[in-house]
Order: sequence, then C-alpha cells, then structure tokens
Amino acid sequence: MSMLALVGYYEPWWIQIIKAIVIFAVGLQLVPIVLLAERKLLGRFQARYGPNRVGPYGALQPLADILKLLTKEQFRPSTSAGLLFALAPIISIVTAVAAFAIIPFGPVLDIFGTPVGLYGVDPSVGPLYLFAFGAIAFYGIMLGGWSSGSKYSFLGAMRGAAQLISYEVAQGLALVGVIITAQTLSLTGIVTAQKGMWYVVPQVVGFLIFLVAGFAETNRAPFDLTEADAELVGGYNTEYGGGRFASYYFAEYLNVLVVSGIVATVFLGGWLLPFGIHPPGWVDPFVVLFKMGLITFLFIWVRATLPRLRYDQLMSFGWKVLLPLATLNALVTAIVVVATHQ
Amino acid sequence: MSAEPGDEQHPEALTAALNVTAWSPGEDVIEVKRTPAPGAARGTWRTFRETARGLMTTFGRFTEAPVTVEYPEEKTPVYPRFRGRHKLHRFEDSGLEKCVGCSLCAAACPADCIRVVADENTPENRVSAGERYAAVYEINLSRCIFCGYCEIACPFDAITMGHDYELSDYDRSDLIFTKEMLLAEPLERTPLRNEGE
Repeated sequence: MSMLALVGYYEPWWIQIIKAIVIFAVGLQLVPIVLLAERKLLGRFQARYGPNRVGPYGALQPLADILKLLTKEQFRPSTSAGLLFALAPIISIVTAVAAFAIIPFGPVLDIFGTPVGLYGVDPSVGPLYLFAFGAIAFYGIMLGGWSSGSKYSFLGAMRGAAQLISYEVAQGLALVGVIITAQTLSLTGIVTAQKGMWYVVPQVVGFLIFLVAGFAETNRAPFDLTEADAELVGGYNTEYGGGRFASYYFAEYLNVLVVSGIVATVFLGGWLLPFGIHPPGWVDPFVVLFKMGLITFLFIWVRATLPRLRYDQLMSFGWKVLLPLATLNALVTAIVVVATHQ
Repeated sequence: MSAEPGDEQHPEALTAALNVTAWSPGEDVIEVKRTPAPGAARGTWRTFRETARGLMTTFGRFTEAPVTVEYPEEKTPVYPRFRGRHKLHRFEDSGLEKCVGCSLCAAACPADCIRVVADENTPENRVSAGERYAAVYEINLSRCIFCGYCEIACPFDAITMGHDYELSDYDRSDLIFTKEMLLAEPLERTPLRNEGE
C-alpha cells in the first residue's frame, strides 16, 4: 500500500474502474456533440445553416451519421493486409481514449467520504504519457494507410508520418517551457501551479506553438494533408467504410478534444477560474469542459478559414519556424526561471 | 531575320525588325507588383497577420444571419417576366377561351412541343370567341425550352408563360400538359418578386 501511495495511487480499484467507464462514456458523448457543432459552425461561418433536418435544429444528425456508418457492410479490398487493416482503426481509437484519460477535470474531491481525483490517471510524467500515446496513434494512421493496399491511402499515411514526426518535436518543446515554469510533470500539478497566473500569459509563444502543432497532430485543417480530399481521395482512410471508418472518425474528433483538453489544462488554467473565484468542487469539470469548448471552437473556426498548406510549406513551417521558436522559447524560459529563482 | 531553332528572339528586337510599334496596354490596366519572397521572420509575421485577417473575415460571417433560402418551405420569388410553365387564358367576362386554334404557337415553337388540333365552333357548342377553337391543345413540357416564342406568336394573348417552375414528375407522360391543365389555375402559387427586391 505504501508503495502505491508513493506513486499517487490512493484510490480503491473499483473507483478506477468506474472512472475508466465514465471517461469512455464522456468521450463517447462529447464526440457527437463536437461532430454536430463542427457542421453547424462551419455552416454559420459560411453564412448558411448547416444540418437542420434531422431532429430539432439538426440535433440528431450525428446519430443519423453514425447509424448510417454502422449499418454498412464491412468492406475490405482484396489487396489489403487483413489483420492490420482491421487493427489500425482500433489502435487509433484506443490511443485517443487513453490520451483522454489524463485530462484532469478537477482536483481530488471527497465524494461520499472517498477521495476521488477527477481524472483518469495523473501520472507523474503527464506530458510524456501524452506524447507516447500520440506516437502510437500515428501507427493507427500509418498501418491503416499501408495495409489498405491502395496508393492513395499509402501516400496519405506517408504524409501523416512525416507530418507527425515534424510537429511532435515542436509540440514537445513548446511544453518544456511550461514544465520548467511549473517545476512538475504532473498535469494536476501544472494546473495548481497556475493559481497566480495562467500560463497562456507568460508562455504565450509556447501556447501558440502548441496550438499550431496540435492542429498538425490531429490532422486538422490547414494541416489535413493526410486526407487531402482533392488529391488523395481521402488519404489513409480511403479504403475504409462502415464501422471502421466511423472509428477513425471518432478517433479524429476525440483527438481534437484531447488537444483542446491539454491546452485548457496546461495553458488556460484547467479548472481554475480567474479573479480568485472559488466555486464548489462539482463546478470544476464544467469549467474544464467550457475551456475545451472554446479551443474546439477555435479548431472549427480555423478549419472554416484557412486553406490547406502545400507539402513543402508544411515541412518548412514545422522545421524552420516552429522548431527554432520552440527551442528559443524553452531556452529563454529556462534562463528567466534560473535568474529569478536565485 | 533568321528563325533558326534555338535562336534567342527578344521581343524588342522582333518589333524593331518588323517595323511595328509595340502594343501598349492602355491606361486602365492595373499593374500588380509582387513583393520579394519574405524571409523566415517576415514571412512568419505576414502569415500570422494574414491568418488573423482571415479569421476575422469568417467570424464576420459567423455573426451574420445565414443567407440560405430553405427551399421546399420558402421559395425564391420570381420576377414578373419570369418564363415558367405556360398558361392558357379565358375572357374574364364571357368565360370563352381566347385560343382560336390557329397553331401559330406550334409553328413558332423551336422545340416542336406544342400540338394543336382545331375544330369549328357551333352555336350549340361555343368554346372560343373566334370561328374555331382548339379541340386538342397539348404542350410537352419535357421538350419545352421555355423560350416564350409561343407567347410572342399568339395573336390573341391566349397563351402566356406563367411563373411555375416546379415541374418535375415521376413519369414523362405526366409532363404532357393538356388544355384543361393549362387553363386551370396552378395549384401552388409561386411568389412574385416585389419591385426593388
């Protein structure tokens, strides 16, 4: 027991199981909301309504979409590598849900006499956990594209690979500044370290780099070269249909939520409210959800605005602009922290 | 001038050799000067600025109301001279048909979609104001090109182009409109555009 307490494991095993179910359920409920929000908002950004036929204000549109996909035949091209073809969407979805587990929705609360942390896990190496699953998520795309046995899927997957490798470096370095300032790798620790001021203010460069790299990591516009429909048909998921395609879709939107959650946690103060307002503990998850919503809105806003980058622009932006900026940011932060701590 | 392949031919030298004056683009031509390709720092700043500008543009659309016309429920109003489905007319006082079965519309029709079979009016059966009337008057709307020549050809204004544009059907034969259908008032009225709209 003392060993477990040392690594921060103070909850009974059944609470861990309940939390795992809740996190999956919450993710499952948030994704259709984001799906609908994206289509509605994209419509509004283009001065049209978006879906408004299924249910009141089109509220049942994601349900109709998912039902349509799930009732379709599981189609597999004869050139595909069977097992990997089936496995790839599962990898994508598992890593997305696993990454969702570390987003803290609140501090440790006392629920009916049992201390419960409002997060899946709070590893002492939070960002490393995140990047580990981000790196595995890339196998989902890579294997999916390769095992399809189609040139478009393969090209999409190759682009995805290059893109993820390029931007993960900048993303990681952007977080280093925060970690140096907070002096901890635990995400709840980073949130509590933001009591005085959210890191979006002192780490504004890191915030912007992380956000831009986040767009690239989730393969969202303007970095959606992996699924550039005009040139690659659909990229890595060209040959997918039905439930497997739905899993890829689910994973993509869950990844958007994960990046939103990480940005909200690391840069926007997590469950903290500005001006020293301290609401009761049950409000905290809603504060985090609200901040996630803001970032998701930004994701959709950017998608409605920016055209897709050319491949060489993507590469030169990642390596020539973001990476030096992120390195400089980490360096300057380190110097400032050392200078002010003496 | 020799025109060997691979020879450098400068436009100035060419115009001088041919003894013609160079073409001048005129005064209303806008010249676009391209700025030199920006370096990393300036390029980043320019990208950032232009991105922000683009975001504000889309946000402007976001705050406005959608411009969508939700078609089956609300219809785009048509102009008064819109050429939709044809109408046949009667005299308002006597109720007699204006069409006298002269077949001028059929003769004017470039798509050959009008069929008129005339018959004599008798004192017992008086259908039109003239000597003859159209016993059969059919327009095949699947062939009609809505040019309005029939309307112009008609000496009695018996046929005019109406405002209906929802003419799709499940069967081609249902698109052959008979005289009764053309004389009847359309089931659904098409909204008319007001002046200045």
